Amino acid sequence: MTMRVARVTGLALWLVITLFPLYWVVVTSFKSPGSINRWPLEYWPSEPSTGNYTELFATSSFGTFIGNSLVVALTAGATATLIALLSAYVLARFEFRGKGAVLGAFLLTQMIPAFIALGPLYAMLSDLGLVDTKPGLALVYVAMCIPFSTVMLRGFFENMPDALEEAAMIDGCSRLGALFRVLVPVMAPGIVAAFIFNFVNCWNELFLSVVLMNSDANKTIPAALNGFISTFNIAWGPMSAAAVLTILPTMVLFALASRWIVEGLTAGSVKE
Amino acid sequence: MTATTLPPARAGSPRATRRRTAFGRRHALTILGFLAPAIVFVCWFTYFPMLQGVHMAFRDWNLWDLTATPWVGLANFATILSDPVFPVVAGNTVVWVVGSIVPQLVIGFLVALGLWRRFRFRALYQALVFYPWAVSGFLVGMLFRWMFNAEFGVVNDLLMKAGAIEAPLPWLAEPRLAMVAVIVANVWYGVTFFAIMILAALQSVPDEVLEAAAIDGAGTVRRLFSIVVPYIWTTLALTVLLRAIWTFNSPEIIYAMTAGGPAGRTHIVTTWMIEFTQQGSYGLASAIGLVVMVVLFVFCAFYLMAMRRVNQR
Repeated sequence: MTMRVARVTGLALWLVITLFPLYWVVVTSFKSPGSINRWPLEYWPSEPSTGNYTELFATSSFGTFIGNSLVVALTAGATATLIALLSAYVLARFEFRGKGAVLGAFLLTQMIPAFIALGPLYAMLSDLGLVDTKPGLALVYVAMCIPFSTVMLRGFFENMPDALEEAAMIDGCSRLGALFRVLVPVMAPGIVAAFIFNFVNCWNELFLSVVLMNSDANKTIPAALNGFISTFNIAWGPMSAAAVLTILPTMVLFALASRWIVEGLTAGSVKE
Repeated sequence: MTATTLPPARAGSPRATRRRTAFGRRHALTILGFLAPAIVFVCWFTYFPMLQGVHMAFRDWNLWDLTATPWVGLANFATILSDPVFPVVAGNTVVWVVGSIVPQLVIGFLVALGLWRRFRFRALYQALVFYPWAVSGFLVGMLFRWMFNAEFGVVNDLLMKAGAIEAPLPWLAEPRLAMVAVIVANVWYGVTFFAIMILAALQSVPDEVLEAAAIDGAGTVRRLFSIVVPYIWTTLALTVLLRAIWTFNSPEIIYAMTAGGPAGRTHIVTTWMIEFTQQGSYGLASAIGLVVMVVLFVFCAFYLMAMRRVNQR
């Protein structure tokens, strides 16, 4: 009985702590400009207003930033998922020399601080004329997403019986045909989860976008937010509105795919 | 490629050998073709710039003067290691990693235990506590920066309402308090990951073993420490390692909340590196990055060795 009480209170407490920052930023974003910096603090807006949202769009090109983020995250996320699908398939199905090295090299990219590559990456993209362009940022993001989604998709492939594509190949499918006509439809939830994971990572990435994107026409959301905090006084009203708009889409996507993301993450690490 | 590396057929007929080689060659083509895009991308946009970055650590490479980037040997490392800020940064990094990981592990473990047995709204609960994952470290930092605001922050207000403090605290302006604040934000951010990994591990513990122990009279706590913990030990240890590396390498929360301030007192190695990058001193920044890599590598080696020793026991 005491265990049960402890369990319920513990879970309830953690729920409140987890949700509080979200609640607070939403409430802040809907306060009228004058009531944000005023004591006593209001835990519910006394004069609810969308003023912060109007101000955000009036004083910055936030609409453009959202559009840029969407374009970059969608193209990079989808490309990386497709490329990772191919490499994950091979790494799950074949034994070959150098397989360990490839996997090791992919895992190593997750351990090295990314900043060490920042300067050279800038120089390289500048030589290609791709600095401050959406394709340039997308290319870098594709490379950033490939290792992890390969590992994740490999776990899904390993749960699929070989018999599936063998049957298709006996029926005359090529390997690529078998992969896309037979395996991909069966694995769709896992692939969608990998795509969402990539999309969210690109949507959230900060330092590459700050260094590579400078013009208002091409900036993505994180680069723009970084610009907002560089000023001495942060305008917390519009900032909260921007935060809410940034968090909302990824939150919905993650909630939808949470089951498969969890499966993909834990498949490799929890084995009996 | 693979075809040539196949062991020579010892006693097989020529026909069998030919078939095997053709088979191997076809596979080699598939393997190469399917892997090529991934390898090209990762080499081109990750490893190639990274190696150049390593190269930069041994040069006087400054963004504002690229007319000469002379080879300076280990001078950058000497500059970094003799910088008076270095001991502070090193100490902060340890505090940041340990101070974040230990509470994350404990709270994550408790949350996972709470979620272990099914209950009515478990799926909903999981969906609700899952969302920090979808938020970037930078935005988490922004949310907490606003909550820890000295003048109009909700943290001060709640603490004063609870009677814990008399007057508002200058959270992000005082070094010790600022360190507490950034760690609180990071703990909040990281618990989800631990909870999910540990919950998955818990679900792999066979029921029969637990039931048998219960019949033998082992209490809840006893079952937890004598059966459950040893059973999921490897997952626990690996999750801690992964998160430690990740926390070591993640400057976003500190960058957003204090940018290493006040007066550089909340810098960890990676935020310190960012500061050098912003000054254009890529050579010095790369030197820090290289030191980080070596330290992480040694740490991983020792950690895995210790893990193996415990496992053998």
